[in-house]
Amino acid sequence: MTIGASSDPGTSAAVADEVRRYERRVAIRMAVRRVAVFVSFLVVLAFAYTGYKAFGGAIDDAQTEWPVVGSFLPRSDDLTMPPLLDIAAEVSVPPQRNNAKPLGVFVLEAALFTLREAALGFFLGVILGIGIAVLLVRSKWLERGVSPYIVASQTIPLVAIAPIVIIWGRTSLDWLPFTWEDWMSVALIATYLTFFPVAVNGLRGLHSPAPEDVELMASYAATPNQTLVRLRLPASTPYLFVAFKLAATVAVVGAIVGEISAGVRGGLGRLILDFAGRYTTGPERLYVSVAGAAALGILAFGLVTLSQRFVRAARVRESVST
Amino acid sequence: MTATRVAPAVEMVLVSKVFNRGKPNEVLALDDISLSVGQREFITLIGPSGCGKSTLLRLMAGLLDPTVGEVTVNGKTANQARADREYGIAFQTAGLFDWRSVQQNIELPLQLMGWSKRERRQRAREMLTLVKLEEFGGHYPRELSGGMQQRVAIARALSFQPSILFMDEPFGALDEMTREHMQTELLRIWGETHTTVVFVTHSIPEAVFLSERVVVMSPRPGRLFAELPVDLGARDFDTRESPEFFERVTAVREALRRPDGVE
Repeated sequence: MTIGASSDPGTSAAVADEVRRYERRVAIRMAVRRVAVFVSFLVVLAFAYTGYKAFGGAIDDAQTEWPVVGSFLPRSDDLTMPPLLDIAAEVSVPPQRNNAKPLGVFVLEAALFTLREAALGFFLGVILGIGIAVLLVRSKWLERGVSPYIVASQTIPLVAIAPIVIIWGRTSLDWLPFTWEDWMSVALIATYLTFFPVAVNGLRGLHSPAPEDVELMASYAATPNQTLVRLRLPASTPYLFVAFKLAATVAVVGAIVGEISAGVRGGLGRLILDFAGRYTTGPERLYVSVAGAAALGILAFGLVTLSQRFVRAARVRESVST
Repeated sequence: MTATRVAPAVEMVLVSKVFNRGKPNEVLALDDISLSVGQREFITLIGPSGCGKSTLLRLMAGLLDPTVGEVTVNGKTANQARADREYGIAFQTAGLFDWRSVQQNIELPLQLMGWSKRERRQRAREMLTLVKLEEFGGHYPRELSGGMQQRVAIARALSFQPSILFMDEPFGALDEMTREHMQTELLRIWGETHTTVVFVTHSIPEAVFLSERVVVMSPRPGRLFAELPVDLGARDFDTRESPEFFERVTAVREALRRPDGVE
């Protein structure tokens, strides 16, 4: 607490403390509610899946009665929609004949491999994105001239960049003090996706201070660097965290797609590709690996959300209702 | 040092300000303004919305450059005075940084000037005492009422002990009771710190209650209609109900009513 603060319980300072405690209680209650909603929604999804499976399976029988319905809606059978319990049971079955390792472990290992790529891609993208935003906020001309290229960069498909990055990583990076591995190239491919939301939202955040805040800094004859560090960057944190959440999920997608298009083994991308190729002999395996990818995305998103709470509590102290 | 003391706090000579010069939306915001503010004076700029009084204040603060004319502050150009931190400024919105505690907000200018942590803490504590918020140093702006936020803004503006305080409708967003309380507080702080205050408002009673001189401005383009000295002596609670107070209020109201173009 502040040195010299009075301990008089009747002061408004004590009231403000009480408000702070109340807001913390509300925040905890909201977190519990959020988890409850997440779990309930999972149950709803499972029911919807099972329900449609039953309905889709009955379409052919009903077609004689309602030919229109039958011609529009996709049918379902155990190949297109394997029963949920079969998918769950497949987790403990080894997918390889000469290997006792169950599918669940395969997916977990692959997820960790992909997570490493996604994490590196995320952090590189954050650094690159903030760097670009800081550069562009310095000059209106640069912002106008460069912004179209940043947008255009996202129209180039990853499939086109992936082989270039992989070959470049294998052939031209031997001067590095460490050995460049393919998973690092995949991280670079993911970076190509992650930097974009950070740069765009970061730029908006850096522009977000009110004119009076900027005038205030000018009245102190603050240097551009001081204005950046003391005003623009802290003001942009709410914008940045929106971007970080996007970047975290996009990093997982970028890593998976990067693995597939670059032919890198060990991650979820390769696993999904393999199981997709052998779908007819075991659709459950593809479902399990896709669930692993989804879980990874949710994990990445959750980690960023969690870190935001930490940063907000420590620095921004925004109202819990926002 | 003596030279700067002798120079008026603010001196404007034939200043005009044109926005969007040469474009279709060109606006003459201020026309031929000459004005002198003495050291330790409390002066109020009053006028209808859009008369350019905020622009006038920003010219004094060196946040805008005049199109024509000269602005000197403590004997220096306005820009030099800004670079030398000759003044503090407070706006209508308190403009506190919500990621900084009250104390850190007050320390902001000191931090930019490279003060050590200990010096900053020491000064922030003095300023908190000055604005009677000793207990709130560790709190965050959104936990404070509007009036308290403005007091923090004043403490921040005065933290490095500038000789001039510029205020742009600082109490405009406050309710009437808080507003009157803040006016009394401001006069107390002015008395304790020996600062020159240039105060922009569109409230006539506020202008009369606070200042030693009221400068009345015309609607666009902003010109100086009149300068009315307010010789009410020391202000207290009864001042607002005295006949002399109402007389000055009426005088300012009459001055504001003068038709356009009459000089």
